[in-house]
Amino acid sequence: MSLGTKKRAQTRLAYMLVLPATLLILGIYILPILTVFGISFTDYSLVSNYYEFVGLENYRHMLADEAFGNAIVNTLIYASLFLPSSFIISLFLAIAIQERKQFRSILEVLYFLPVTSTLAAMALVWAALMDSNQGVINHWAGAVGLGPFNWLGSETMVLFSMALISLWSVIGFNMVLFLAGLTAIPSSLYEAAAIDGADHPVDRFFRVTWPMLGPTSMFVAVTSSITAFKLFDTVAILTQGGPNRSSEVFLYLTFLEGFEYFNMGYSAALSLVFLGIIFLFALVQALFVDRNVQY
Amino acid sequence: MARLTLKNIGKSFGKTEVLKNISLDVEDGEFLSLVGQSGCGKSTLLRIISGLEAPSRGEILIDGQVVTEQSPKQRNIAMVFQDYALYPHMSVAENMAMPLIMSQLPLHARLPLVRHVAPSARRAKPSMATQVETVAKQLRIDHLLTRKPAQLSGGQRQRVALGRALVRNPGIFLMDEPLSNLDAKLRVEVRREISELHHSSGLTFVYVTHDQTEAMTMSDRVALMQGGEVLQVAAPNTLYTNPVSVDVARFIGSPQINILPVQSRLDGLFLGDINLHLETIGKVSDLQLGLRPEALSFRGVAGLQLQPIKPGSILLPFQKRMVEDLGPEILIHGCFEADPEIEIRVRAQKNTDYGKTDQFAGTHKLQVAIDPTQLLLFNAHGLRIQPTPHMAQSLGEVVT
Repeated sequence: MSLGTKKRAQTRLAYMLVLPATLLILGIYILPILTVFGISFTDYSLVSNYYEFVGLENYRHMLADEAFGNAIVNTLIYASLFLPSSFIISLFLAIAIQERKQFRSILEVLYFLPVTSTLAAMALVWAALMDSNQGVINHWAGAVGLGPFNWLGSETMVLFSMALISLWSVIGFNMVLFLAGLTAIPSSLYEAAAIDGADHPVDRFFRVTWPMLGPTSMFVAVTSSITAFKLFDTVAILTQGGPNRSSEVFLYLTFLEGFEYFNMGYSAALSLVFLGIIFLFALVQALFVDRNVQY
Repeated sequence: MARLTLKNIGKSFGKTEVLKNISLDVEDGEFLSLVGQSGCGKSTLLRIISGLEAPSRGEILIDGQVVTEQSPKQRNIAMVFQDYALYPHMSVAENMAMPLIMSQLPLHARLPLVRHVAPSARRAKPSMATQVETVAKQLRIDHLLTRKPAQLSGGQRQRVALGRALVRNPGIFLMDEPLSNLDAKLRVEVRREISELHHSSGLTFVYVTHDQTEAMTMSDRVALMQGGEVLQVAAPNTLYTNPVSVDVARFIGSPQINILPVQSRLDGLFLGDINLHLETIGKVSDLQLGLRPEALSFRGVAGLQLQPIKPGSILLPFQKRMVEDLGPEILIHGCFEADPEIEIRVRAQKNTDYGKTDQFAGTHKLQVAIDPTQLLLFNAHGLRIQPTPHMAQSLGEVVT
């Protein structure tokens, strides 16, 4: 066999080896996205077989749609409640747990448990806990002279309650990410800091821990942001967007338009906007997380 | 400038005792090395001196003040770590300014954001920058101040670590194997620089290393540690020529000292059945005789410099096994015919005739002369039996 044919045979083998994965990616990701992209330019509806090309009409409609603006605002309010608290609380917990010698692994497991549970099922538990009349949380709040709060029924409270539930479900995961980041910081840096006089906890945190956690923090921030924009199941189960659309977040609106109002074309357009937002976050992560790690 | 005193320092991790009752005095401006194999407790001792680790027992005094309970910050010591422990996210200048910032600014002026506007931080900035620059110039790293540690070579990082330690003007300078991450050539270079630094700064240095060459070349005194104990503290030359035990003799010196089992009978010292014609110390068995590779010299091998063989030297038949060429000298491995089990190393200087013929052609049997003034005798417990210089006495076949 000549060298050229051998090389050609190897090339063919390489293509054959990547073929299954390529087909899967095409079938599961690329084709549906292209289909959604196509549908977003039509007035396709689930209840009628007839549809026609409407150009950018769906996107134009989006700009004028009050529900779209409402969903964006709700999502942003929810994200601004959820993101900082999920970041800060899990970082605090990670540092506190890392310094513990006893019960460390037990605590890690306890905080991680919610991550392993099914949020849809747990949402029902939260519904019971947050019940405005018989709920345990209001009972406790009453005991210290607070409340009663209308957790899921008040327009002002409901996004806060959603953020609280998501927080509960995601903290363990972020904490484990932070713990991994903390473990990777060489202890000699803390020792050097102690020799240099930076033995105050505040100095230790700002001079060593925080800068060394940079890549981890970026990763946690980005994944949490994506999680925030993907809020759906608790809303669908607990409030269905209510009361008075005050918990109607982006993904839930997309679902409503598509499967409740049967406006598949508009829903597809919303999905693409959602995809764009997620893509932006992923881009930020790819650009900063991967490049800034080189110490 | 400071004097360091350790009193009966002990350290246990659980049931493992890593330091046993160590007492040491380091004079003001002295360079003391802690040498020993890994696991001997030398690094733990250094960490105890620095305050990173608390001793289980004993006291540490700096300039007569008990500092056992004090934090590293309060002791005014500087430390250079084996991996340098530079802050990877800070520039060289920021790394070096760390000790200054920590000692000169109040906590609120060190907080992020606030530190850019706090008046005290702004006032102190120029003087700190000057201090950093002065030290950087001294270490010839002033052109690297804006770089990050990752952009530096090993030797440059080493200098930054030194600079960070120097900039605060410490009383005691601690170093934990600072050269072990450098390549051989650079190691020699930085070794000399550290020595110069010690002379120019006049600071007290405590230097931990497992490399006896580093310890011997740089130190005023060397403390040899083994199994959590200090075996001997002495000037390098004393440690080499006058070791207190066979362990010290074995550790110091490269190539390693030759140790032969000997017996003292009433009529002399015996290696196996061979009378070494040395003065007896009565009837004692299980003695160990230490012979440095340069205490032995060959007779009648062309190409080797003839050592002036001292009167009273003893000649022994020697069997050559291997020759190592070290450049100006050679190292011959072999054994005495009296005890073929024990490997003997002999060091010999070449002369200009070396290599013109095969020096050892045909002859595996050589004659080796032992310099009787360089014998070291140890008892069964490995402790030195003094004095040795007069032990040798010509009895038999002896060079005159």
